Amino acid sequence: MELFELTIHELHERLKKREISSVEVTKDCLDRIAATEPQVNAYITVTRDAALSAAETADKRLAAGDADILTGIPVALKDIFLTKGIRSTCGSKILADFIPPYDATSWLRLKERGAVLVGKLNQDEFAMGSSNETSVFGPTRNPWNTDCIPGGSSGGSAAAVAARSAAATLGTDTGGSIRQPASHCGCVGLKPTYGRVSRYGVIAYASSLDQVGPLTRDVTDCAIMLGAVAGYDPLDSTSVDRPVPDYRAGLTGDVSGLKIGLPKEYYIEGLDPDVKRSLDAAIETYRGLGAEFVEISLPHTDYAVAAYYLIATAEASSNLARYEGVRFGHRTAEAGGLMEMMSKSRDEGFGQEVKRRIMLGTYALSSGYYDAYYLKAQKVRTLIMQDFLKAFETVDTILTPVAPTPAFKVGEKTSDPLQMYLSDIFTIPVNLAGTCGISVPAGLSGDGLPVGLQLIGKPFGEETILRAAHAFEQATTWHQRKAAL
Amino acid sequence: MKITREEVEHVARLARLALTEEEKDTLTGQMDAILAYVDKLNELNTDGVVATSHAVPMENAFREDVVRPSIGIDNALANAPARVESFFRVPKVIE
Repeated sequence: MELFELTIHELHERLKKREISSVEVTKDCLDRIAATEPQVNAYITVTRDAALSAAETADKRLAAGDADILTGIPVALKDIFLTKGIRSTCGSKILADFIPPYDATSWLRLKERGAVLVGKLNQDEFAMGSSNETSVFGPTRNPWNTDCIPGGSSGGSAAAVAARSAAATLGTDTGGSIRQPASHCGCVGLKPTYGRVSRYGVIAYASSLDQVGPLTRDVTDCAIMLGAVAGYDPLDSTSVDRPVPDYRAGLTGDVSGLKIGLPKEYYIEGLDPDVKRSLDAAIETYRGLGAEFVEISLPHTDYAVAAYYLIATAEASSNLARYEGVRFGHRTAEAGGLMEMMSKSRDEGFGQEVKRRIMLGTYALSSGYYDAYYLKAQKVRTLIMQDFLKAFETVDTILTPVAPTPAFKVGEKTSDPLQMYLSDIFTIPVNLAGTCGISVPAGLSGDGLPVGLQLIGKPFGEETILRAAHAFEQATTWHQRKAAL
Repeated sequence: MKITREEVEHVARLARLALTEEEKDTLTGQMDAILAYVDKLNELNTDGVVATSHAVPMENAFREDVVRPSIGIDNALANAPARVESFFRVPKVIE
């Protein structure tokens, strides 16, 4: 088997035994990037020289016998992560030339373990989008069918895993931006509990919702990556100081007696038949493994998208105020007064979706509308959180679809923002509740596109959803199916 | 109509976005549709419901007030669109 086909844990076994070197693995990965990029466009920047140099260092560590499981493994990061000395654009013209002076904590943790950065990945601009079409660097294509979107906003992170042009990647998830592309690209993607992973050095979109997480080939790799990046960081005051479990050790394969909730509000009339068929089959698989199903209700589900698009845009309008053309980022060539310089720099530097969200958020926070929109949305958020807390009194995890349909065609929803927003209907409530969720491959549509299932966990219940996802993976072969690319 | 073109112009000024005339037209229609959609929140009675601003219950996060190295002037200015000596250069502020 080609090296680029191997998972982190498979590569590690061979690296540890010195059957292969990190330089070989990294070169193979760089060749794979060169071979797949013309069709996929998953990468914004490929860090070839730095990667080969890091691979040499990793090989020395492996030879000295002080290697971590990630030492010498080629990984890539969504371009929202700051990487010292390496351009970090967030998919935007306004940061097209931005070279950060420091590293994001999550990347630093991978780097300290000896992971090899092969590049920075394409994404929706400022993580605002569900299709990777809002990137100023052009859309990323789905490796399973390049006429289709890979999902978003971590579309490059999912596409690179599906194209096997990185062993694993990191993304961010504000309303589904890890889980939805993972589902569309047939990989595993986990959005951890709010506070589980540091966001220091991650470009902010909506600060009460943003969270960092891994996208991987299988659940074991997902557990490895989460364990590497999770944990308290004094540089992020929203990170939570509690021990990080050994997630991989928790993958026992045992789900007998596990109580799985099926929320009636998610199994709606008109659910895509491919999605429904995959979920029905998954329920049967879990029954066979000894899990028990309980019908539950999350009564405020239907209000989540509306609440999200007020809270997220309000926070975005505030976070994106920092791009004013003074300290970093694009500045207009048309000078004038200070106000004109800022307003023109922002108009030229931001794309249409970003401007739309800044406008909505500014409106929702503006005088006379704050109570009617922003405060109302925060109150509805409380009701949505209470739905989950109540459900978790009786169940261990909740099984739902990830996205209402398999990947749609490039260009299909770009003219109708509201339709695009509604494609996140099953993922957004998890962010509003601040809890965790994982997407795992669970089927293929009639057109051969991947379909994922979502397991939602209690706050800091990552161990349970990883165990349940792993048991499903062991009982099925969907994770072994690969994009024909 | 949930929002008028004049309101869009006002919000654009608040947000420091020098929108083109075409952008103002498009955004008026799109924001109107989105605001009509989010109106569904008013179906819910939220009297007495506490607003959630943060998903994880949390007290203030304090740390010891110790001196740490900072990134320094040259690093801080490295991405500036324009600089003079150790300053960010901006257009004239006071007319």
